[in-house]
Amino acid sequence: MSSMSQQFDRMASQGTTSPTSGGLVLKVENLYLHFCTAKGVVQAVDGVSFGLAPGKSLAIVGESGCGKTSLARAILRLLPRNVQTYTGHVFLDGTDVMQLSEEQFRRDVRWTKMSLVSQAAMNSLNPVLNVGLQVAEPLLLDHRASKKEAMERAREVFRIVGVPEAFLGRYAFELSGGMRQRAIIAMALMAKPPIVILDEPTSALDVLTQANIMNALKKIKQELQLTFILITHDIATSSDIADEVICMYAGQLVEHSTAQRFYRAPLHPYAEKLMASVPTLRMDRKPDFIPGQPPSLFNPPSGCRFAARCVKRFERCHEEPPLFAHGAEAVKCWLYEKG
Amino acid sequence: MKDNALLSVQDLRVWFELKRWGFFRAGFVRAVDGVSFQLGQGEAITVVGESGSGKTTLLRFILGLVLPTEGEITFDGRCLRAGNKRDHAWLRSKVGFVQQDPYGALAPFMSVHRILAEPMIVNNVPKSEHLQRIREALEEVRLIPVDDFINKYPHMLSGGQQQRLVVARAIILRPKLIVADEPVSMLDASVRVEVLELIKNIQRQHGLSVIYVTHDLSSVRYFSERAFVMYAGKLVEKAIVHEMIHNQLHPYTQALLRAIPDPEPENASRFREVPPGEPPNLINPPEGCRFHPRCPRIIKGLCDVDEPPEFEPNPGHFAACWLYK
Repeated sequence: MSSMSQQFDRMASQGTTSPTSGGLVLKVENLYLHFCTAKGVVQAVDGVSFGLAPGKSLAIVGESGCGKTSLARAILRLLPRNVQTYTGHVFLDGTDVMQLSEEQFRRDVRWTKMSLVSQAAMNSLNPVLNVGLQVAEPLLLDHRASKKEAMERAREVFRIVGVPEAFLGRYAFELSGGMRQRAIIAMALMAKPPIVILDEPTSALDVLTQANIMNALKKIKQELQLTFILITHDIATSSDIADEVICMYAGQLVEHSTAQRFYRAPLHPYAEKLMASVPTLRMDRKPDFIPGQPPSLFNPPSGCRFAARCVKRFERCHEEPPLFAHGAEAVKCWLYEKG
Repeated sequence: MKDNALLSVQDLRVWFELKRWGFFRAGFVRAVDGVSFQLGQGEAITVVGESGSGKTTLLRFILGLVLPTEGEITFDGRCLRAGNKRDHAWLRSKVGFVQQDPYGALAPFMSVHRILAEPMIVNNVPKSEHLQRIREALEEVRLIPVDDFINKYPHMLSGGQQQRLVVARAIILRPKLIVADEPVSMLDASVRVEVLELIKNIQRQHGLSVIYVTHDLSSVRYFSERAFVMYAGKLVEKAIVHEMIHNQLHPYTQALLRAIPDPEPENASRFREVPPGEPPNLINPPEGCRFHPRCPRIIKGLCDVDEPPEFEPNPGHFAACWLYK
């Protein structure tokens, strides 16, 4: 516990690479989320900081268990009961939403400022309510709008995501997988939030359905000027809407880059290896793999968490690197110490 | 026709009957409808298709889990009677299966030893051989040192190790053919290639044949020689993988591969090309070519009337499309 608070102090004193709140839609500072489990404390999100400029969409990529879904849940305060540590700051248009009470957050932020398209979206529709009613719900909560207005808006968002209006009166089982996914996206758009977080929106879908959904998302992004935060392990899909990319490893942010940088020549040795392991259809480059396994989040190694698998490691790597600024990018690796 | 074919299938049909009331028959789902192919000894092929294209039914047929309605099937020089249970049970013991989801495929209450012994118990392998074979299989999938792993349970293994255990189970009966259903889609990008390379090495060492069934050609392109594209119960194109990627002939293959993205920053500023419409209903598939309602290069009066046979515009490259008549 004491080592963690020391680490916290160190990171807080260093500050972050992004300017303080000015002009950013979303700014996350030193976010920690640890869970209590029977086996010990899982350090799911461990000191993540980043900022997002308006009009930019962000992809958060990483392997399973690296904490990307936990990060989304921490930002939206959708937490399970077994939280051990939950600290940090999340600034939304300059206000720290972490300081709000649970009730205020639910009323003023969730759905209206930030919404979530959850991971199991395929199965998250209620089978005994018709789809229209469920999609309209974010507006019906707290009497934000009358039922008539809400249904009117539901019709509008259905048009935006490309579902025929007739589907409003249908039930979930009458919709195909792609249609259900679109309905869930429609629900997230209902209350016109400026930020929509998409957690693996296409992982359970076929290639062609996936392509259709991604096209719909791109169109929405262009037309509504939304900020999307796409969380995925599928790097090829993430390139569809990302302007910026955050790469996570073992609960920490290891690289925050522009899409140009990340998909062409990432900075962090892990990101480099990860990109090399992505198979491509058009380039004749044989994919590679990363030997070894990610560290356990119960007791992560001190120092750089990737060091054990890294081919570029040197003496300094037994100390934990801070997040170095490298031009417009940020990277958590001693190789970039001089910037 | 190749002489060294391990598996040869002619005009295979697997139809599932819908509900029947007395004399009234509601119809059939034509999940696999007239599929022919040959698989050489030691060859690896990939079957690509969307869900609902019948690729899983084809796989289940090869595993002997569904009985075909009709078709000529020869495996390892032996002719199988379509629909004969005993013949298909024999086939099942000769084929190893690598499941998609290792977490679901391994019984949580069985140790590694027991998981690997199970197929040998079912197939009456003498008990004295069990331990020796288990050790060999674990060494082959590089779960070494063997003594560290043999008494573990699946939950103690990482995703990649679990999938290697599934591969070990698939080879323990020394099959001639391994069928892999999306073998790496549940795994993380960083270990996918490791598992595929492992299967490739085992294949080379033992001269096994491998059938990959997947919707993502890019992940297995370096691990198989030929690829088949399946659409609505039929194989629409068969070619060497390199040809399939760089010179597809069938309009469906072209559409399918165009929709698969590569990780490029330019993707954010362009839309993916997707053919309009949805795959057809397999109870009542369209007349003629099954892709014609969605095809951008349809020849009116031909494609919507007559079913295209297989043409061979380039040697070894087959396409069931009237454009190549």
